[in-house]
Amino acid sequence: MTDQAYNFAYLDEQTKRMIRRAILKGIAVPGYQVPFASREMPMPYGWGTGGVQVTAACLTPEDTLKVIDQGADDTTNAVSIRKFFQRTAGVAVTEATAEASIIQTRHRIPEATLTEGQILVYQVPIPEPLRFLEPRETETRKMHELEEYGLMHVKLYEDIARHGTIATAYAYPVKVEGRYVMDPSPIPKFDNPKLSNSAAIQLFGAGREQRIYALPPYTHVVSLDFDDHPFVPSKAPHDCDLCAASDSYLDEVITDDQGGRMFVCSDTDFCRTRREAGHLGPLGVPMQETV
Amino acid sequence: MNPDALLGGFADAPLQSARAFRGTLEALARPGEIREVTGAMPPAPLSVAAGVLLLILCDGTTSVHLAGAYDCAALRDWITFHCGAPLMAAEDAMFAVGDWDALQPVTRFAVGQPDYPDRSATLIIEMPDLSPQGQRLTGPGIATSAQLSLPETAAFRANRTLFPLGFDAFLTCGTQVAGLPRSTIVEES
Ligand SMILES: [Zn+2]
Repeated sequence: MTDQAYNFAYLDEQTKRMIRRAILKGIAVPGYQVPFASREMPMPYGWGTGGVQVTAACLTPEDTLKVIDQGADDTTNAVSIRKFFQRTAGVAVTEATAEASIIQTRHRIPEATLTEGQILVYQVPIPEPLRFLEPRETETRKMHELEEYGLMHVKLYEDIARHGTIATAYAYPVKVEGRYVMDPSPIPKFDNPKLSNSAAIQLFGAGREQRIYALPPYTHVVSLDFDDHPFVPSKAPHDCDLCAASDSYLDEVITDDQGGRMFVCSDTDFCRTRREAGHLGPLGVPMQETV
Repeated sequence: MNPDALLGGFADAPLQSARAFRGTLEALARPGEIREVTGAMPPAPLSVAAGVLLLILCDGTTSVHLAGAYDCAALRDWITFHCGAPLMAAEDAMFAVGDWDALQPVTRFAVGQPDYPDRSATLIIEMPDLSPQGQRLTGPGIATSAQLSLPETAAFRANRTLFPLGFDAFLTCGTQVAGLPRSTIVEES
């Protein structure tokens, strides 16, 4: 049931046209940050207002929407964005990655391989990968224009000199189609390989910074690295304690005040689907007993 | 203004624009794929698909160039009423509509600035027919290769050499739309 006090998906048509034009230019120049006039949304910055505006510009009444926050569908942030679009667009919602046509995400890429027809919308806090090296927008824009990405490599190499390895674990910079260096948003670097050659459209929205950028399907995305220190998409060296998955990104969860802890899939839909299929880790319980 | 200019817009703009934009996005993101868009009934010679693109993308902030036979009173009135878009010369236009011959030379159109490659024109090329046969396409959005019936090869190859600058294009025919972003590599097949 759509709340008739709002236009479809909340934003007015002129705003959606402006965002849609920016999305199309982003698709045409993969990895380039397109400026757009971000609107006030009925939620604070930091709650994914950039992603919400991109989702609003792409949604149709026929969509099924999934919203995740660090892999989970049930956090306050994910629940409120999902409710926002149920109320303003009347769309169906799901927690199942495979059933969703649009997935808005904060800080993760789902484990399940995305397919054609799906759109993944990232909430982005800081879209400029060069910002921590150069605070001036005019300068970073110039650096992108001239492909002056040497400073980024120097920063990563200083990591190696100091730590023996590249310490950057989140928002690990990538190069798109051999041209633009792009911030993939604060996803763990474990997720970086999923950015490349995806069958889905990937759209990135930064509300406070007023930038939209995009990766069309089947776009070549490479994590920056060095011949003697190749990129490693690392994760905790454990299997999931609930579903025994060895190939998923894990969160460490404190279980009691005696120092007890366990490792569980960050992607809650992935973990549940595995347990429903009978995969059980050492601390897992069959799904029928937990519901 | 001709009273017919008041007709042929979307009956339910929010929902029809949403569906049409989604088809348009998929078309540009997957060069070579042909999508259907509907909902506009613009005056001749504009196709339904080209009319839909103007309705979902153009407004008072976007300049539009009408090329050749498309620069007629019926279309000028229709765009003014439904989009409110200022009509401009080719060199100053963010969007341009016409058949391929009338759009020549396409080197007139804005290709963006080195620091703002998004400030480039989008061409809406009206085609007598549109099919997944013809020039070979590779690049972002295309898993291996695709084919599309483009009006020629050389102009799109020249445009590709400007990357990340360049114009972007939609090809339209009836209710069909295909996308050709500047990133696509076009070859004779
Ligand atoms: Zn698990």
